Amino acid sequence: MLKNEYADVPGTTIFDAEQSRKGYYLNQFCMSLMKAENRQRFLVNQQAYLAEWPMTDDQKQAVLDVDLNRAISLGGNIYFLAKLGATHGKSFQQMAGSMTGMSEDDYRSMMVAGGRSVNGNRSIREGN
Amino acid sequence: MARITASVYTSHVPAIGAALDLGKTHEPYWQPVFKGYEFSKQWMCDNTPDVIFLVFNDHATAFSLDMIPTFAIGTAAQYQPADEGWGPRPVPVVQGHPQLAAHIAQSVIQQDFDLTIVNKMDVDHGLTVPLSLMCGQVEKWPCPVIPFAVNVVQYPVPSGQRCLNLGRAIAKAINSYDEDLNVHIWGTGGMSHQLQGPRAGLINKAFDAAFMNRLIADPEGQARVPHIDYVREAGSEGIELVMWLIARGAMADLAGGSAPTECHRFYHVPASNTAVGHLILENQ
Repeated sequence: MLKNEYADVPGTTIFDAEQSRKGYYLNQFCMSLMKAENRQRFLVNQQAYLAEWPMTDDQKQAVLDVDLNRAISLGGNIYFLAKLGATHGKSFQQMAGSMTGMSEDDYRSMMVAGGRSVNGNRSIREGN
Repeated sequence: MARITASVYTSHVPAIGAALDLGKTHEPYWQPVFKGYEFSKQWMCDNTPDVIFLVFNDHATAFSLDMIPTFAIGTAAQYQPADEGWGPRPVPVVQGHPQLAAHIAQSVIQQDFDLTIVNKMDVDHGLTVPLSLMCGQVEKWPCPVIPFAVNVVQYPVPSGQRCLNLGRAIAKAINSYDEDLNVHIWGTGGMSHQLQGPRAGLINKAFDAAFMNRLIADPEGQARVPHIDYVREAGSEGIELVMWLIARGAMADLAGGSAPTECHRFYHVPASNTAVGHLILENQ
C-alpha cells in the first residue's frame, strides 16, 4: 500500500490530497501573505486577521505560535507556511531548523558539516 | 528549423537568490556556490540561446490550493517576478516566447500529454534563481524564456517515466518549429534536501552523485526509480529531481541520436538546507 510506504519515512509528512483538503484554509491564509499590505495588517493584529479565515482553532494557534510541525500535522505545507515565516522575517533555513528541535546555530552547523545523514533516517520499519 | 543544442540542470535554492540580491556572493559561505557557476556564466555568453525552455516547479506562488496543474506551459508575453513573502526579487521581468510556446502546447497535447495553458503567471525563485546563476546580475535576461511548471508540491506528482517521456515529446515539438531557433532546455530543482519535520536538513551526497551519473548514462533506468526512493534517500523535497528527467528526455540520444557531451559538472553542500547540483550537457 502506497500510503503506508510514505508513512514509514521518519519525520516526514507527505502532502497529499487528504492533507490538502484538511489544510485548505490554513494554506490559503498563508497565500494571502504574498501581498505586502496583508503582511502588515496581519502583523498589526494577528488574531483579527485570522478571524477572517474559517480555520480551526488548532490551526490558528499553530499560526500564532509559528509552530510549523503542528501546522503541518494540521494540513499545512511548507511552501505555503514559508509565507508565514517570511512575514516574520525568517529564512527557509530558520524555518526548517525550527522543526528539528535543534537550536538555530546547531542546525546551521549541521548543514555546513554536510547535513543530516540518511543513515538511520530511511525507514521506521527497517530502522535504517 | 528550431533545435535543442543543450540542456542545463541546476538547483534553484531561494537563499541563493537572496545572497545575490543582498550582495553576499563573496562571503566565505557563498563563495564556493557561485564559483561553481563561473564556467556556466561564460558558457552562456559563448552559447547564448534564442529561447530557454525552463522546467521548474511553482512553490505555492502562482498556483494556490484552488487549482494544481500537473504540467503547465506559459504562453504569455511576459512574467513578473513574484512576491513570495519577502517582496519580489529585484531581477528583470521575464520575456516569454508566445509563438513557440503555443506551438509546443499544440504539438505536445497532440502527443497525448495534457498540458495546462497559462496566460498569466508570476514566476518564483524556481525560475528566477536558475536564470541568476547562469546569467549573473543583468539588466535584462539574455533571451526569451518559456516557463514550464511541474507539480511536485501536492501528491500525486508525475512519475520519472512520465517526465522523461514528456521531455521526448517537447523535443519533437521544438524540432518541428519552422523558425531557425537555438533552444536550451533547463531542468531545475533538487538535489537532496528536506525542508519539513524533524528530518529536515537531510542530505545524501552518494544518492546525488549516483543520480547525476545515471541521468547522463542511463536516463531510462533513472526514470524507473519510484518516488518513495527519492523521498527516503534524497528527502521529501528531493522529489524535485524528477524535473531533471524532462530536460534529459529532450536530448538527442533519447530519439536515436548521439549521446550528449558532459560539458560541466558542479556539486556543493550546503546552500541553506540544500545540496546544490549542476550539469551542462551539449547535443553533439
